[in-house]
Amino acid sequence: MAHYELRCRECGKTWGNQPRSICDDCFSPLEVSYDYDAVRGEFTREKISQRPPNIWRYSELLPLPQDFQPTLPVGFTPLLTAPKLAKALGTRKLFVKNDAVCLPTLSFKDRVVSVALSQARAFGFDTVSCSSTGNLANSVAAQAARNGFKAWIFIPADLEAAKILNTQVYGAKVVRIAGSYDQVNRLCSQIADEHQWGFVNVNLRPYYAEGSKTVGFEIAEQLGWRLPDNVVVPMAGGSLIVKIKKAFDELITLGLVDPKQVKFFGAQATGCSPISTAVKNGNAEIEPQKPATIARSLAIGNPADGHYAIKVITKSGGWSEDVSDAEVVESIQLLAETEGVFTETAGGVTVGCTRKLVRDGRISPDETTVVCITGNGLKTTDALAGAYEADDAIAPKLAEFERFLSNTLEVPEAVEA
Amino acid sequence: MSITVQIPTALRRHTSGVGKLNCSAANLGELFSVLDEKFPELKPHLRDEAGQVRRFLNVYVNEEDIRFLGGPSYAFQDGDEILLVPSIAGGTE
Repeated sequence: MAHYELRCRECGKTWGNQPRSICDDCFSPLEVSYDYDAVRGEFTREKISQRPPNIWRYSELLPLPQDFQPTLPVGFTPLLTAPKLAKALGTRKLFVKNDAVCLPTLSFKDRVVSVALSQARAFGFDTVSCSSTGNLANSVAAQAARNGFKAWIFIPADLEAAKILNTQVYGAKVVRIAGSYDQVNRLCSQIADEHQWGFVNVNLRPYYAEGSKTVGFEIAEQLGWRLPDNVVVPMAGGSLIVKIKKAFDELITLGLVDPKQVKFFGAQATGCSPISTAVKNGNAEIEPQKPATIARSLAIGNPADGHYAIKVITKSGGWSEDVSDAEVVESIQLLAETEGVFTETAGGVTVGCTRKLVRDGRISPDETTVVCITGNGLKTTDALAGAYEADDAIAPKLAEFERFLSNTLEVPEAVEA
Repeated sequence: MSITVQIPTALRRHTSGVGKLNCSAANLGELFSVLDEKFPELKPHLRDEAGQVRRFLNVYVNEEDIRFLGGPSYAFQDGDEILLVPSIAGGTE
């Protein structure tokens, strides 16, 4: 028997393991709960350290079928020290958790999809599906191909071209919806009601969401089995920040890290900021918004986990910020120029919000802060359209180059031989 | 005047399997009263003890979230299609 099962967050009723995300009794969300005593002897620092560097090293705290064999080395992305970014932001002990290089599709969504598909197989689905703002679409399409599922992907019609192409290339059926993500998501709830498909973020959502915990497990392990003082997390549906908190709590429960009150900071784009608005106004509930931001991967106006994200942030002593589209672009450039990490718009949101949080004194320079970068800049290059002018081409002659060099204002310093 | 309300599968065991209903409710409050009368078992699943719409229940009118239309004060128009859709969250505290 599995050491985990679905449990209603509100009324506590258990549902075993099945493709289901809401409690029929009280209509509240279901979550995977674990028998921690059953894994206490296996989930230890020593045993984990001997396993391959991917998310499957944390298998005991993931809802995986018993006979599950991973087909991809997902996750265990770098936790980079970021001294130059820290200096630019006015802080000191700063780390970047770089899921811009998560495999196989360069976003943190690879973590959640790989867990969801393990259960899709166990439940006998031959088709997997999702509503997506792009990164999830890419990941479901790629991992469906790898694991032999058919894939149906539902996206808002105005998505970035790269994210659409990066879904189609894997042979997935892409359905463009003339509407916002929130409308796509609502439609998918209705479709999931009618079709026996494994929707990773509808009927498989409790399992899927558990995959996000691996970001938290990795941060703690990569800090030497210590928890940071602060984490800054981009928020779309609000699930990631909630699951990083769950991961830290589980590590404390099982004795892998010392207890610590980590402050959780949520980052949004001002053009779609239902969660940060609620936090700033002291509200416990979300007022839905109509998104208008270049950070399309975060453009969810009615975040499903918004209520829980607000709770995590406020109970931890953290805060939530939001930044303009112009700040998003500047912050993408700043991260690239200081640390060599090219992130998508969501990462620009996170870096921009971190800057504000430091400036406003909500993040102290002496504390250890981890900034979560969740996606890759190559997918949202349109955000930088017009940011760089191409110089005129020069002839392949040394004299031409010397002339070009002397005309260039910033002459590079001579390198000593 | 007539509107249509769609009931999601998750709630149909409280409606004897009925998934669609026509009625002449003028607003959300009246719609809930109609549902209460027809399906008494459904009531606690739609509203909490204080009578508020449950946190994880979203109401849509012709594809639009009713909160953008004024919420409970929105006056239904003839032919409106009302959707009751559970919010799919996966949170923890």
